[in-house]
Amino acid sequence: MKRVFLPQNLGQLCRIMEEEPRAMVYAGGTDLLVKVHQNLIDPPSLICLDRIEDLKEVHEQGDEVMIGACSTHTSLFENPTIQSNFPVLVKALKVLGSPPIRNMGTIGGNICTASPAADTLPPLYVLEAEVEIWSQNASRRMALRQFISGPGKTCLKAGEIISGIWIKKVPEYNLHHFEKVGQRKALAIAVVSLAAILKVSNSGIIEKARLAWGSVGPMVVTSTQVEEALIGQSLSLETLQKAQPLVDEAVNPIDDIRASTWYRRAVAENLLLRLFETKYD
Amino acid sequence: MKINFVLNGKEIELVAPPDRRVIDLLREDLGMTGTKESCGAGECGICTVLIDGAAKLSCLMFAAQLEGRNVITLEGLTSEEGLHPIQEAFIQFGAVQCGFCTPGMILSALDLLKHNPNPSRKEIREGLSGNLCRCTGYQKIIDAVEAAACKMKKEPLL
Repeated sequence: MKRVFLPQNLGQLCRIMEEEPRAMVYAGGTDLLVKVHQNLIDPPSLICLDRIEDLKEVHEQGDEVMIGACSTHTSLFENPTIQSNFPVLVKALKVLGSPPIRNMGTIGGNICTASPAADTLPPLYVLEAEVEIWSQNASRRMALRQFISGPGKTCLKAGEIISGIWIKKVPEYNLHHFEKVGQRKALAIAVVSLAAILKVSNSGIIEKARLAWGSVGPMVVTSTQVEEALIGQSLSLETLQKAQPLVDEAVNPIDDIRASTWYRRAVAENLLLRLFETKYD
Repeated sequence: MKINFVLNGKEIELVAPPDRRVIDLLREDLGMTGTKESCGAGECGICTVLIDGAAKLSCLMFAAQLEGRNVITLEGLTSEEGLHPIQEAFIQFGAVQCGFCTPGMILSALDLLKHNPNPSRKEIREGLSGNLCRCTGYQKIIDAVEAAACKMKKEPLL
């Protein structure tokens, strides 16, 4: 029998983490509990963060928004601050998993699981999010791109949790796009996903561009070459088609049961073309 | 450990291992076999229950997490007056074949209709997208939820 702890606040969490150094921490449980049930991991005890209300808050602070790490996906796409500032993230949250998974799973959990197919990661990469790492002694902030160190790997040390995600508002980016291709619309792990935010001028010129692909490498893939190829050009099918070979150079997908390497490459390239069809302000 | 929660409107206190899965607690310890288990990994929606009104998966929750929560299973939908309008509609529209997915479907439909009493067919499909059915082809389930939405607007129950 494993002990399960439900700390109500960060103070209680501190004490429990000290007393249970080998405990595993979870929030929604949609990844961890599958592994526990299948005996892939066998922690002596578990700490559920679900009751710590301080970790569920969303607030604006200057030109940034702080998202509590234990905010569920549902609570975030229903949140007006997230809706108005980060449509690219909302689009990804709405297609993550399924309704019950979105009611349970949290953004902090999606980050810590660090899957290359995680739906929130490409949007959070293009938004240049930072994570706040909390421990008993101190809090520190780190760029998400640095925090995720490999497939399923993060810089989180023993005794640390992610308490929040900080994102700078991006009012100048007027085109937000996210698309996921999977074997089924719901409950399917992404075969390829693309998140993109662009600043497009009144005359249709791409002035700024940030793009990130999921499921086409050991981690989320970004490419300054692709971004530079778009900047200064008009948002046309021709511009996007010209950048497609650069996408092919940037991605490094695997062959697995969900899709072959060549298919993932083809989809990663073709998802770029969708930017031509995406509406913007 | 001792756990207190509300199950289908009744306060319950029981002693259970904290790491007992909620699905096992409901089915085996409490005899609430309306909740089914299929994949055990969060991919089929069969084990859906409502926790504080939100559809969640009972195969991916530990008993300890129920402390203080309000849990509704399929058994909680039927009152002395009879079946819930969603249950009635499932019968009327032939939305049940083998019936294994039905409890989860109905509870997901209830969560959907509480948030969106007037859903389009597309919104119903999205609302039920976490629940797999391998018999009906879904059309009759969507018909049933559409009809239940109409009926519940006239006679709001839950």
